[in-house]
Amino acid sequence: MRLVVDRIKCDGHGQCAELLPELIRLDDWGYPIVAQAEIPDHLVPLARRAVSGCPLLALALQRRAG
Amino acid sequence: VTQLLAGRDLALGAEALAEHVRRLGPLPVAGPSFIEVLERSGLKGRGGAAYPAGIKWRSVAAQSNGAAVVIVNGAEGEPRSFKDRLLMTTRPHLILDGAFLAAKAVRAKQVVLYIGEDHRAAQDSMARALAERTNEERKLVRTAAAPARYVAGASSAAVHLVDAGIATPTTTPPSAHQRGVDGAPTLVQNVETLAQVALIARTGSPTGTHLVTVAGGVLRPGVLEIQSQTTIAEAVELAGGPSESPEAVLLGGYFGTWIRAANAWGLPVDDDALRARGLSLGCGVIGVLPGSRCVVCEVAGIMRYLASESSAQCGPCFFGLRALADACTRIAERDTDHLDLQRLQRWSAEVSGRGACHHPDGAVMFLQSALTTFPDEFAGHRAHMRRSA
Repeated sequence: MRLVVDRIKCDGHGQCAELLPELIRLDDWGYPIVAQAEIPDHLVPLARRAVSGCPLLALALQRRAG
Repeated sequence: VTQLLAGRDLALGAEALAEHVRRLGPLPVAGPSFIEVLERSGLKGRGGAAYPAGIKWRSVAAQSNGAAVVIVNGAEGEPRSFKDRLLMTTRPHLILDGAFLAAKAVRAKQVVLYIGEDHRAAQDSMARALAERTNEERKLVRTAAAPARYVAGASSAAVHLVDAGIATPTTTPPSAHQRGVDGAPTLVQNVETLAQVALIARTGSPTGTHLVTVAGGVLRPGVLEIQSQTTIAEAVELAGGPSESPEAVLLGGYFGTWIRAANAWGLPVDDDALRARGLSLGCGVIGVLPGSRCVVCEVAGIMRYLASESSAQCGPCFFGLRALADACTRIAERDTDHLDLQRLQRWSAEVSGRGACHHPDGAVMFLQSALTTFPDEFAGHRAHMRRSA
């Protein structure tokens, strides 16, 4: 699984980077830069927490196609 | 072998239906099987992305169930490009032929003429041409005005405008050909591509020509139809030759590539050959930058334009392109703290790929091409004449 951001919904609240700094950092304007790699198993619960913590529902977990 | 702009003198305006039919014969009857002909022809889209038309048509046809939509893309929001407008004002029936062939092939229930709101002559020409077509054809068609914005020509923006009156891109996937107007699979195709389709239906193959706009430092800027073996030097000669000693060429519009004049002159104006060199003809603009112009100022001006044309939906594009444009401007105005070049690199890497559409990616590729082609100019930015960009 990996994290995807709906760029139109995202308003740069920055919660995700606080909850999951292992995979998400913020750019100079406060918008998330998300690691593109497969999420390591031990971080999946934290990733789920970051997804549910987004106030705009802009962050999602996606199964890799194929 | 015929050409797109063959026939009457272009200065005489639009070709009427009777003359069009006399010259090329009636529109051949075609259905879904025409997609095979299109695939064999190898036709690629002429809007900028050069996506194979056959693949798109097949995808839309497969999901159509008689409900698909065809959008005829004449938005032409690229500032230096005029080729789509010229085609709409002079050969409207080629475009309509292509559109109705597409509608038959993908079993569409509607055709939308999506034409730039400022392109009045093109709108009039297409409307007059439509009035000459059969009742059955006319019933299929509606028109929609594309706002005069850079992003309005993007497929998802065209769909959004037709659906909701707002020409901003939407998140993809789904792309227009998966889920477009009213949720129906939608074929968005540039007007030059559709004109090629009209000729492919009659001859089986594309013309082997491209419409290009030669802009900037040439004596007779304008639209040319050129054979693919033509070099950039020959295209520039056909446009009257350079108005003064040329410095560089911006190939493919504002999402295009900078090439030093000496390296550009021998290149063929052929998308396949260019792609083999990591270049692209894009929307067909060949912009010639004269030696008296400052390249850094020019790049900064275009970056400011691209930043202002962000649809302001995605933070990294809206804020990132503005920051990149500001840093370019500081370098151009020699008001830089020497970290700006590093910022340009870091922000470029961070902004790229982080928009719903490809606007930030295109702007970053343009900037990276400038930084790669003109490293000394950006590093030193010495001895330049200030001109308005």
